[in-house]
Amino acid sequence: MPQHFVASPQWEWYIVWYFFLGGLAGGAYVIGTLLRLFGDQRDAGVARLAFLISFPAVVVCPILLTLDLGRPSRFWHMLFDSQTFAPHLKYWSPMSVGAWVLLVFSGFAAISFLEALSQGNGLGRLLSGGFGKLFTAVGALFGLSLAGYTGVLLSVTNQPIWSDTWALGGLFLASGLSISAAVLALFAGWRADEGTTEAKLSRADGYFLLLEIALLVVVFVTLGAVGGSLVQGRLAPLWILVAAGVLVPLAIRFRSSPERRASLILASALVVLGGFALRVIVVFSAQL
Amino acid sequence: MARTVGFFTDTTLCIGCKACEVACKEWNQLPGHAGRFGDGYDNTGQLDEQNWRHVQFHERTTAKGGVAWNMMSDVCKHCAMASCMEVCPTNAIIRTEFDTVYIQPSACNGCRDCIAACPYHVIGFDEASGLARKCTFCYDRLQANLMPACAKACPTESIKFGELSTMRDVAAVRLNQLRVQGMSEARLYGDKEYGGLHALFLLTDKPEAYGLPNAENAVLPSRNNARSYLGSLATAVLGVVGAIVAFRGRGEKE
Repeated sequence: MPQHFVASPQWEWYIVWYFFLGGLAGGAYVIGTLLRLFGDQRDAGVARLAFLISFPAVVVCPILLTLDLGRPSRFWHMLFDSQTFAPHLKYWSPMSVGAWVLLVFSGFAAISFLEALSQGNGLGRLLSGGFGKLFTAVGALFGLSLAGYTGVLLSVTNQPIWSDTWALGGLFLASGLSISAAVLALFAGWRADEGTTEAKLSRADGYFLLLEIALLVVVFVTLGAVGGSLVQGRLAPLWILVAAGVLVPLAIRFRSSPERRASLILASALVVLGGFALRVIVVFSAQL
Repeated sequence: MARTVGFFTDTTLCIGCKACEVACKEWNQLPGHAGRFGDGYDNTGQLDEQNWRHVQFHERTTAKGGVAWNMMSDVCKHCAMASCMEVCPTNAIIRTEFDTVYIQPSACNGCRDCIAACPYHVIGFDEASGLARKCTFCYDRLQANLMPACAKACPTESIKFGELSTMRDVAAVRLNQLRVQGMSEARLYGDKEYGGLHALFLLTDKPEAYGLPNAENAVLPSRNNARSYLGSLATAVLGVVGAIVAFRGRGEKE
């Protein structure tokens, strides 16, 4: 069992919210892109909505991160050398990588947001067709990176739990995708004419939740005896939310009878709450 | 002038006077914080943003049933392969011309990734300045050809300062001397960990007893880079495939 004698970095609520919103922003962009590439005409409305959600979510992220710094006015030191102003990227430091991923992804999210607003005029016309597909596909790669690197950031330390597993990146990514699918399914279910999209999103969310369960198993297997401290203490009750946020929606998503609105709302709400609770547990458990 | 300096802290000579702590605080103008009063003589508690030397007091039962008091003046190890420097996203943490590890106050933005990375609980976050702070190895004194304040003040020469290679030699001689005298539990810490520490310690108990990770646990944050990214990549591929399968369908329930 690994031994740690480290101090806690005191990464707290700003970081929890950042991990949550980063997952939502990246996940929504990925889903919007895939709906456009692989869905049909009926999915266009929800795909557009995905881009309308992604940008507002990602805009909050740098604000949270900046507020968390000891010297907020030096946020740009993450990207540029404070002496020479030359851009710098340390590929072996996930925080350095993440700062660039956040910047680049924000650019994609902003342009796709404007395109979604324009409804086929101006920018929308420019981004229609092959170039538009390529553009969102590249943006989606950065979206996946944003939703996943946050777990890598925690693992690339010497903190207990975080650095004792390599699966947090995957876990946060799977959870970010499932949160995004749940939020979009909720909106799709709101509009009667988008029932088919809602069913597609529900099914995708089911796959993401299965992936999340698999990664939770990997996390606990890799943690071994250390995993005990993740399920003990005053954060332990939050696991009920995590479990409910995975198992109840999964049961609802994969049952054969047609979904009712109440169960759709319940499933989506539980996914979102469970995803948030998961981040609270992971972020705070190592630092208690 | 480029030099490779080092500390050698011989814990068998430490009398727990804390002159090192006081000298460090005076020279570096570190504020004091309220003492912690527990059941021992250690009212400093830990290394952090305002304590760059910390005299640890450990009571232990000896093989013959007596009580031994192990004291150790802890300090930043200025690792040759430094975890803090590895993760620092702003390049605020540099290696100086003395081969020591230094946090540049002008570049640090207080992200605290270094605190998460340091395996020795050395760096602390200073609320007043918003910066991560730790022992500078008295960078200013070294530049003026002076020895660090802690080593200068140590009355028993438990803290020795010099060229790292000289410190290694001194440590080896002392270790041999103690072993010959029958102190079989004496051991050297820091000649292998993290590529060789610039603060060597002569211990009389296992490293864990002093809050130092043993050789097996002295690992770098970057060990998790490749496998964490690969785990994320595999998840991304499976997630995208899952979404494609779901979205290609006609959407109706079977």
